[in-house]
Amino acid sequence: MQWETVIGLEIHAQLATKSKIFSGAATAYGAEPNTQACAVDLGFPGVLPVLNEEAVRMAVKLGLAIDAKITPRSVFARKNYFYPDLPKGYQISQYDLPVVGLGRLDIEVDGVSKTIGVTRAHLEEDAGKSLHEDFHGASGIDLNRAGTPLLEIVSEPDMRSAKEAVAYMKKLHSLVRYLEICDGNMQEGSFRCDANVSVRPKGESKFGTRCEIKNLNSFRFVEKAINFEVERQIEIIENGGTITQETRLYDSVKDETRSMRSKEEANDYRYFPDPDLLPLDIAPEFIEQVRGSLPELPDAKRARFQSQYGLSDYDSAVLTASRELADYYEAVAKLAASDAKLCANWVMGELSGKLNEDGLEIGQSKVSAAQLAGMIQRISDDTISGKIAKQVFETLWHEGGTADEIIEKQGLKQITDTSAIEGIIDGIIAANPEQLAQYRAGKDKLFGFFVGQAMKATQGKANPAQLNELLKKKLQ
Amino acid sequence: MSLSAEEVHKIAWLARLAITPDQVDAYARDLSSILGFVEQMNAVDTADVMPMAHPQDLSQRLRPDLVSETDQRELFQSIAPKVEAGLYLVPKVIE
Amino acid sequence: MRSHAERGNDELAPLPVGRGVGVRAGFTTTLSIFPTIMHNKTLTELSAGLATGQYSSRELTAAFLARIQQHNPQLNAFITVTAETALAQAAAADQRRAQGQAGPLTGIPMAHKDIFCTQGVKTSCGSKMLDNFTAPYDATVVAKLNDAGMVMLGKLNMDEFAMGSSNESSHYGPVKNPWDLNAVPGGSSGGSAAAVAARLAPVATATDTGGSIRQPAAFCGVTGIKPTYGRVSRYGMIAYASSLDQGGVIAQSAEDCALLLNAMAGFDPRDSTCVDQPVPDYTAGLGDDIAGLRIGLPRQWFGEGLSNDVAQAVRAAVGQFEQLGATVVDIDLPHAPYCIPCYYVIAMSEASSNLARFDGARYGHRCENPKDLLDMYMRSRGEGFGAEVQRRILIGTYALSAGYYDAYYLKAQKIRRLIAQDFQQALQQCDVIMGPVAPSTAFDLGSHSGDPVQMYLEDIYTLPLNLAGLPGMSIPVGFGDNQRPVGLQMIAGYWQEGLLLKAAHRYQQNSDWHTKRAC
Repeated sequence: MQWETVIGLEIHAQLATKSKIFSGAATAYGAEPNTQACAVDLGFPGVLPVLNEEAVRMAVKLGLAIDAKITPRSVFARKNYFYPDLPKGYQISQYDLPVVGLGRLDIEVDGVSKTIGVTRAHLEEDAGKSLHEDFHGASGIDLNRAGTPLLEIVSEPDMRSAKEAVAYMKKLHSLVRYLEICDGNMQEGSFRCDANVSVRPKGESKFGTRCEIKNLNSFRFVEKAINFEVERQIEIIENGGTITQETRLYDSVKDETRSMRSKEEANDYRYFPDPDLLPLDIAPEFIEQVRGSLPELPDAKRARFQSQYGLSDYDSAVLTASRELADYYEAVAKLAASDAKLCANWVMGELSGKLNEDGLEIGQSKVSAAQLAGMIQRISDDTISGKIAKQVFETLWHEGGTADEIIEKQGLKQITDTSAIEGIIDGIIAANPEQLAQYRAGKDKLFGFFVGQAMKATQGKANPAQLNELLKKKLQ
Repeated sequence: MSLSAEEVHKIAWLARLAITPDQVDAYARDLSSILGFVEQMNAVDTADVMPMAHPQDLSQRLRPDLVSETDQRELFQSIAPKVEAGLYLVPKVIE
Repeated sequence: MRSHAERGNDELAPLPVGRGVGVRAGFTTTLSIFPTIMHNKTLTELSAGLATGQYSSRELTAAFLARIQQHNPQLNAFITVTAETALAQAAAADQRRAQGQAGPLTGIPMAHKDIFCTQGVKTSCGSKMLDNFTAPYDATVVAKLNDAGMVMLGKLNMDEFAMGSSNESSHYGPVKNPWDLNAVPGGSSGGSAAAVAARLAPVATATDTGGSIRQPAAFCGVTGIKPTYGRVSRYGMIAYASSLDQGGVIAQSAEDCALLLNAMAGFDPRDSTCVDQPVPDYTAGLGDDIAGLRIGLPRQWFGEGLSNDVAQAVRAAVGQFEQLGATVVDIDLPHAPYCIPCYYVIAMSEASSNLARFDGARYGHRCENPKDLLDMYMRSRGEGFGAEVQRRILIGTYALSAGYYDAYYLKAQKIRRLIAQDFQQALQQCDVIMGPVAPSTAFDLGSHSGDPVQMYLEDIYTLPLNLAGLPGMSIPVGFGDNQRPVGLQMIAGYWQEGLLLKAAHRYQQNSDWHTKRAC
């Protein structure tokens, strides 16, 4: 039996506003418990919500970036249920009329493009946090997070593999950071993913019963959880069972999903329009103003990198994965004003390697775009070789300075004088008659030996191209 | 429109309201009476009528994104039933 | 109903006042300690008295506090009396006056319905659920009146969470009608109306969701105004039904109401439903002529169900308006009968959600030794809420539950639009709609306790106004067969509070029902 996997993702992105969606309390992460929960957030009697303009703007930005329709009149609704991290006993969300309508996001998996539909995106408030550390049998509730704006982005059930799901999630993650509407910090809970997974026989058009896997907070876990869940469901069905629609949690230690002891058992949310809020009218002028403020989006930037810098699709994709990285690259390319491909190689290669090693983001790079560009210029103008450049880069990373200063200080200038190189070659040939004989007898591999000797003699400063050419001639 | 005791229990649970056995019957009666009364609304034809959520057809005002509230934890928690280390304590939540 | 003779030694036996006879009380010396009966003065008179130095705010406040001490045990109008802070506020007000910084309301004592959050002061909303709740912040209305320099005597009794029409559902016991201690004062602002009627405070704030200002004002023979929805901030006004609640005033006259409304009304950025509409000076133009004012009388309100004595007093009052130059037309409010189910579905649905925050977690009543979270919720709420509140929460929960939303809530919102449209159409033919406030005068305490629906039917004339969001007033226009007061309801278009106050004032300048006192 051939099975098809059907996946839909619900992503909650915490919007990077300074204040909460319905109150003027701060949203900064990491504050002492309940120091950023004002009367409105605590649900005191008599308090009322007032909508944050920036949250609306951010929602519209996302909507435009995924080619979605912006709902001209959207409505806030109350989702009623009881839980200690929900002070009012209801969450203000959107139900029938979300602010963002149908849109789409293009993804790429193993070189194959696919469009994933986005059903809707709506604004809502986040709940607080329950800390289950034992307070003598009690739970501690921190309501700092209560009221933080969330944008819930719901995809169509268009994904057919865990890989596609991860690609979609990564694309959306990159997009919200591009738009500067969300910092995407999954450890801090700024970007949370719930996956709806079901299976059906290949060719079947009806959807199978789905299970929801909640709160996946890394790309890796999303992939593993989905894969496990798919296997679990297939096994059940193949053994004659049926899937119970339920909510499940992913256990990353055991690498399995398990049923949540339902806190939402038979929950009836009794949605109705929140009478404390008026309908949100978004005028075409507002939408155009937001559109005008949109940055260049990832796909457009990727295409431009290919045409403007002559980079391959792969390189463009890597460099535009994040806006910061793309901006860094462009700064380097502009300043170096020479080989765009060389710049790309350095950014994707040595620089990225160093960042990964030290666990840093591009914004924390110890080598600035200007410094890197300066060094790349010296490669382009043959002042130093690519190999020597690695040395320069190390120094830049650990000690700072400019490429020129380092080249000067360490005496790293390339030797390009033909007669000088010839002289060195002569010396090496003279010192190694056996190898010379063997080489001339046909042992081609020894060419590398001579190159190595020459490099050693020149402390790597001989211009490789020239060295090769001259060596070839002299060894004959 | 008549509500059974079971239905009353279900609604009471949804509303997290503990009601005693003698209350259940009284509520079932009262609720049925009120609901029966409310059925009168069906006599009105509202086929083409837009629901009215607010008296005046106004739209939501937007607030600038500014932090305007300060930390008042001490004041707010001075009236709380149970707090510890700045956290509100409630009986354990079972996941 | 006991006859006057049978009432014997009740300290507060009301004067036998007949219709049309103005008798000023030079009354019962055992009650009045102060020779200058300051408590009988209107807000307007007190404002002038303070301004001209006839007495100080401290003296005034002390006088009212003494009166409260004497009469409140019987009337139960106050839940909390804030004597110390009142005297401190009065002293501060006197100082402001001395520095030449006093406004029209500076130093004048008043009381708040216990639905308004008052920082540092118990705010119970008439409920056991909030019996231990000291509000950590001031409602906007409270802050505004504080800024105007008013002196808060205390917090007034009310039906629990504003759900009721008789002030019998309060956790703190029923309020008595000062005109007849066997009668209800009306609700939910029973404490506010009784306090003003008994002159325990010259003026009080109140709220109206389905008639809770107008009906108690009518039952207690005082003047009340519920402004247009969105006129007064709801921030800090504990919510019952968000789309219907509105804060207002109960006072001795339209003029007094105008003075207070000036200070209470206005835009509040903390309330999304509060409208940024400029506040006129409601006292200006009060003396204007009302010749040519068109009065509309809804046919549906003068039919079966309205008791004769009320109908008579109301019609007499309308006749008086005609004498003052107004004209009268009959109008229709075709969807009038449906206002009750419509109101109750909307109100109960919204209330069931608004009251979900009362869960024992962060403030208010928490049950003893909850064994787990569910137990904490169930018992805290079961113990904290009275029967009427529980009924409404249950109905509201049911009405919003899966499968019923369309049939109940959505249907009600549609009927609501039809009712609002009725009024809009009617207000094209007239400037002010008039009619009764309630089907009868104040009923006896305990007489409606059996059947909740019977109580709901009391609100038949007042409910539609809240559904439409229009402003409305009640002014005293006589007495019923049982000597209990009758009120006239006056309704105008959106933002026409000024017109209502003007018309009411004109009437009050040419009549004296509003000067009659219960004690």
